[in-house]
Amino acid sequence: MSGLSGAAAVAGIGATEFSKESGRSELQLACEAVLAAVADAGLTPADVDGLVTFTADTNSEIHVARNTGMGDLSFFSRIGYGGGAACATVQQGAMAIATGVADVVVCYRAFNERSGERYGLGQADRAMDIGADRAAYSWMTPYGLNTPAQWVAMFARRYMHEYGATSEDFGRVAVIDRAHAATNPAAWFYGRPITLAEHQASRWIAEPLHLLDCCQETDGGQAVVLVSAERAADLPHPPVVVRAAAQGSGADQHMMTSYYRPSISGLPEMGVVGRQLWAQSGLGPSDMDAAVLYDHFTPLVLPQLEELGFCGRGEARHFIAEGNLALDGALPTNTHGGQLGEAYLHGMNGIAEGVRLVRGTSVNQPKRVDNVVVTAGTGVPTSALVLGAAQ
Amino acid sequence: MTAVEERAGAAGADDYEARLQAFTGVELVPQRRGSDPVNVPMIRHWVEAMGETDPVHTDDDAARATGRSGPVAPASMAQAWVMRGYAASVAPAAGHSPFDDLAELLAEGGYTSVVATDSEFTFARELVPGDEVSVSEVLESISPEKRTGLGVGRFVTTVKTYRDAAGEVVATQRWRLLRFRPPGRGPEPRALRPRPAINRDNAFWFDAAREHRLVIQRCAACGTLRHPPGPVCAACGSLEQDTVEAAGRGAVHSFVVNHHPKHPAFDYPLVVAVVELTEGTRLITNLVGIAPEEVAIGLPVVLDWLDADPELSLPVFRPVAGKGT
Ligand SMILES: [Zn+2]
Repeated sequence: MSGLSGAAAVAGIGATEFSKESGRSELQLACEAVLAAVADAGLTPADVDGLVTFTADTNSEIHVARNTGMGDLSFFSRIGYGGGAACATVQQGAMAIATGVADVVVCYRAFNERSGERYGLGQADRAMDIGADRAAYSWMTPYGLNTPAQWVAMFARRYMHEYGATSEDFGRVAVIDRAHAATNPAAWFYGRPITLAEHQASRWIAEPLHLLDCCQETDGGQAVVLVSAERAADLPHPPVVVRAAAQGSGADQHMMTSYYRPSISGLPEMGVVGRQLWAQSGLGPSDMDAAVLYDHFTPLVLPQLEELGFCGRGEARHFIAEGNLALDGALPTNTHGGQLGEAYLHGMNGIAEGVRLVRGTSVNQPKRVDNVVVTAGTGVPTSALVLGAAQ
Repeated sequence: MTAVEERAGAAGADDYEARLQAFTGVELVPQRRGSDPVNVPMIRHWVEAMGETDPVHTDDDAARATGRSGPVAPASMAQAWVMRGYAASVAPAAGHSPFDDLAELLAEGGYTSVVATDSEFTFARELVPGDEVSVSEVLESISPEKRTGLGVGRFVTTVKTYRDAAGEVVATQRWRLLRFRPPGRGPEPRALRPRPAINRDNAFWFDAAREHRLVIQRCAACGTLRHPPGPVCAACGSLEQDTVEAAGRGAVHSFVVNHHPKHPAFDYPLVVAVVELTEGTRLITNLVGIAPEEVAIGLPVVLDWLDADPELSLPVFRPVAGKGT
């Protein structure tokens, strides 16, 4: 008997009419179907904390959530391979419920397959993508707000304004990353530390971001293998247990440009993640012996520290300036050099460093690490892990 | 560059566009008769060259067996009856036709190369030997500038009307050419700003912007304002919506000064801001009429308009008079 069997049930179903010409956007169809299913279940959108759809769907979870009035999401997942995904969406939802990472999961699929992009016509001559994700860029690219550095800079400027942070405060993150990379032979910037003055002197990319606030670009690959904790005990390395694993999407979530929330100086999606990490693991910030914080751009490292509870809101600049992220600090951070210093592997190399820290094999091993927090991309729906040594 | 200068630039572009569009509906080529009437020898040459085997084009009996009164010309020969010979096509033009005027205007825009892209025929009746075919050509439309694999250009669509000796229409042909700028020759015009992806949920906003109206989506049921817009009200679930027109006042909520990478459509440093409108919604926009170093969070700003190109108008903001430079 698996933990999945009997763990979840279907409580509501809902659909739009089925036609040859819906006359409305695919996003609207998705929202209507989701709202109908939620109502059929006797629930409200605010009760939903998980969404699953197909990778082929144009209606990202964040668009469905912000239009239907859902708030925080703790689980979202996509299944590939066209129609083969259908039942797997339910499997994903059931697994999320069985494992407690979500309480109410809606699985959906919506498209204008007849009046829009007809699969039957084949792949030649595809029209311009006007799905909700592509259309979201319509609010920024015509103004020249096109790059991740620019998107982050908008948050950074507001953060500086509200909390008195400066470019030097961001620069200290780059300096510590590069210091760690300098002693990591696997790092691109091995042997090349920087000073805060060099950070300040580096050219503007998108004010208030200097060049040295921005991560490098990397070709590479990274993988990790998961087995049961029981099985892991029989394998060569000491087990690195997944003490907590969480996803998070906040209310009114956008991709890199959630500029429409009442406050844009935090990362509410990382707050959603953090609360789950501590609840799942029974641990707290003070139990973390190290951290691997996603650092595509330095400014968003600061609100991560705040959202995860390592310091109060607006206080990260002091926390960093006090030296807490150094190898001898309270929270040695990005000991591999981070994405600024080691490699930009979309956060996967950070997970590997978390594993090495628990194994005790990091090139910059601070001391004994029983627990490490590892985060994923910021400014987007995100995720994080607490990895720990076997008890 | 200030908004006024940007507008002046846009006005120059508008002027060229207006001169091009003035050709819409103009008869480019007045009615011109073909050199020879429809005749069996030319039909025979044609069907042999084309490998056309249907005997109704050349065999009297076969044609009569289908209920026709004799051989008929292949429909696709319509153009052949009015083609000018090689000598005529390269001889200096006797006069200056609207066709020549349009070609000159396109050349002025740099569209000096041409390739045919489409031909759609509609046939009213079959042509038979003895028919005297003439043709006239009217300009139907000139597209906005498009980027194509061949280069930047415009699709020029004309309608050729083929008539018989009695003046009755025997066929019409919608004929589309791409007039394009050969890449690598002459200065490239300013690149267009990135195109918004227009769909059913956002088209109203960009349509209003073209009319220089900054609108905010409003739930028709509960009145909640929302931007960016969407198909459903997150507050009440209503699918009904209308818009309100923004007063055009606001304040800078945050801003960025872009330096790298540079996109060819923009001048740098480029100020992009999130402006909070007095109505409470925010939008991403450009600030104009102010030096980047003068911009600050909280700066009061007022709506202005940027006609970036004939298809795209965008709300931009400038400091309220007396603030900024
Ligand atoms: Zn409403």
